[in-house]
Amino acid sequence: MAGNDLTRLRAHEMAAALRAGDVSARELLEASLARIRATDRPLHAWASLDEDGARDAAKAADRRLAAARGAGQEALAALPGLLGIPVALKDLVVTRGLPSTAGSRILGGFVGPYDAHIAERLAEAGAIVPGKTNMDEFAMGSSTEHSAWGPTSNPWDLTRVPGGSSGGSAAAVASYHVPLGIGTDTGGSIRQPAALCGVVGLKPTYGRVSRYGIIAFASSLDQIGPFGRDTRDAATLLQAIAGRDERDSTSAPIPVPDWSTELAASDDEAAGWLRGARIGLPRQYFVKGMEPGVEARVREAVAALESAGAIIVEVDLPHTDYGLATYYIIAPAEASANLARYDGVRFGYSEHEGDVLGNYLATRGRGFGAEVKRRIMLGTYALSAGYYDAFYLKAQKVRTLIKADFDAAFASVDALVAPTSPTVAFPLGARLDDPVAMYLSDACTLPVNIAGLPGLSVPCGLSDRLPVGLQFIGRAWDEGTLFHLGRAYEAITADAGWRRLDPADLGALEDPATPTPAERMAAHA
Amino acid sequence: MATLSRDDVAHVAHLARLGLTEEELTRLEGQLNHILDQYAVLAELDTEHIAPTAQTIELENILRADVVTPSLSVDEALAGAPERAGDHIVVPGIIAEYE
Repeated sequence: MAGNDLTRLRAHEMAAALRAGDVSARELLEASLARIRATDRPLHAWASLDEDGARDAAKAADRRLAAARGAGQEALAALPGLLGIPVALKDLVVTRGLPSTAGSRILGGFVGPYDAHIAERLAEAGAIVPGKTNMDEFAMGSSTEHSAWGPTSNPWDLTRVPGGSSGGSAAAVASYHVPLGIGTDTGGSIRQPAALCGVVGLKPTYGRVSRYGIIAFASSLDQIGPFGRDTRDAATLLQAIAGRDERDSTSAPIPVPDWSTELAASDDEAAGWLRGARIGLPRQYFVKGMEPGVEARVREAVAALESAGAIIVEVDLPHTDYGLATYYIIAPAEASANLARYDGVRFGYSEHEGDVLGNYLATRGRGFGAEVKRRIMLGTYALSAGYYDAFYLKAQKVRTLIKADFDAAFASVDALVAPTSPTVAFPLGARLDDPVAMYLSDACTLPVNIAGLPGLSVPCGLSDRLPVGLQFIGRAWDEGTLFHLGRAYEAITADAGWRRLDPADLGALEDPATPTPAERMAAHA
Repeated sequence: MATLSRDDVAHVAHLARLGLTEEELTRLEGQLNHILDQYAVLAELDTEHIAPTAQTIELENILRADVVTPSLSVDEALAGAPERAGDHIVVPGIIAEYE
């Protein structure tokens, strides 16, 4: 197989080809690196590459494959699903010996002294990490424009954002750089970029994946999850990273089901799963400001699920409209505490200006970007003397009501179906000076974080030639139902014309004369 | 609901140990007040008898055995320090010298 064809393969197809001996892990990696080198300048999905480390890992994977091939079918079948498969890591994941910057100047030049739990798990599974992907600074943002290293573009339209904060991983998967990527989701940061880039993204249940070594943003909301080009691949990646880890006391001792082998290989069998499935459609998720094209695609998708035998039930989540305010108190409050550690003393960017206080003010004032400073200010204010009850405690009480809405809905349905984002990808720069407009991008995703539930976004067609995401929301620990629904929806729409479309600007990505996202932003400013 | 004056913004910036420029203070005064306006909707809800939720999964008292496990060496731990002297990080004095 030629390089370009290799990058088109999904992870499960790569796994089959590796086992059959049709391709080596080294060849898969070289194809991936060649594609990144040829197309990333105008896309800027990557923050840093680790070509040497990835080559060593690929050689080790090829040795494991050769040994298993020698030992017979059983040994081959026992190999981990990710062995030899390239996986992009969001730069929020600390990796030993590699830059780990969280998209922030304050961590510019910071090299990880240890590996995050998920980096260890991926290495054990034999996954190959070509590098780290761009993101909004400290995962605060919905567009990947708030990166100290410059914005990322959307491969469907290079003048638009890929969503965020995990926009680099989403764009890398959509542009065929890698079949899989890791993101983190605090208010929608996996699902919203998955929707805007036309890929699959899952935010697991709070507590499903250990956050040891993930640079903290809002600790009662943050979760780590997979991107893929289909649901099965996303399930395989989650499988490899999920489960209890002693080093994160919030990672739950809940058994991890074998999702990837439970999912049906045949479309007929997968679609059959929908017969009699009870799916709730929350009225409140067709929010004010939702684009008609997005609503149309989502309603068509719901109709398709119903025709395939699902029972669609309208449900109420009456406190949905309070989600945004609740989230934008809780998340900044927790962030202001988590980001107190960046003091220029022990690691990271450091400014010297007079005394200790002067050093703190200068280091933090110049090291953090505008959105991070905004959130630290909001959070510090919400937690400050005299305002704690009015803001933070109030928000925690409304959190109880939002969670109770979901509990009530799940008494009568197995899962919910909703839009992922109210709009398709918006133009670079369009919401940079209007934080509230930016925050509205996450209106349909952040209630899911507030309640700690799993949410899956799958592509459901195009509006104005840009991808639209369909969100399935499940009960706590029930990622399995979401994977079945995502797989079933893919099966019943397997013949849809939009599934065969490539991101419209892939051609422009291959043209070295195409400007970078930063140049494009500067030209507009 | 609460309105932040420019002095309030400067006070919060000091609490957060953020050195902000005059221009940043001006911009933040407008933006923070606009965001705080969005919080006002929460006052519509009667939450007097609602318990707060701090986290969503029911885990309590997570304990593990208190055993020594491998950890970073001094060199690894200090590798990112801006200034180092021997096994220590150099910081400015915070207590006036006796003299």
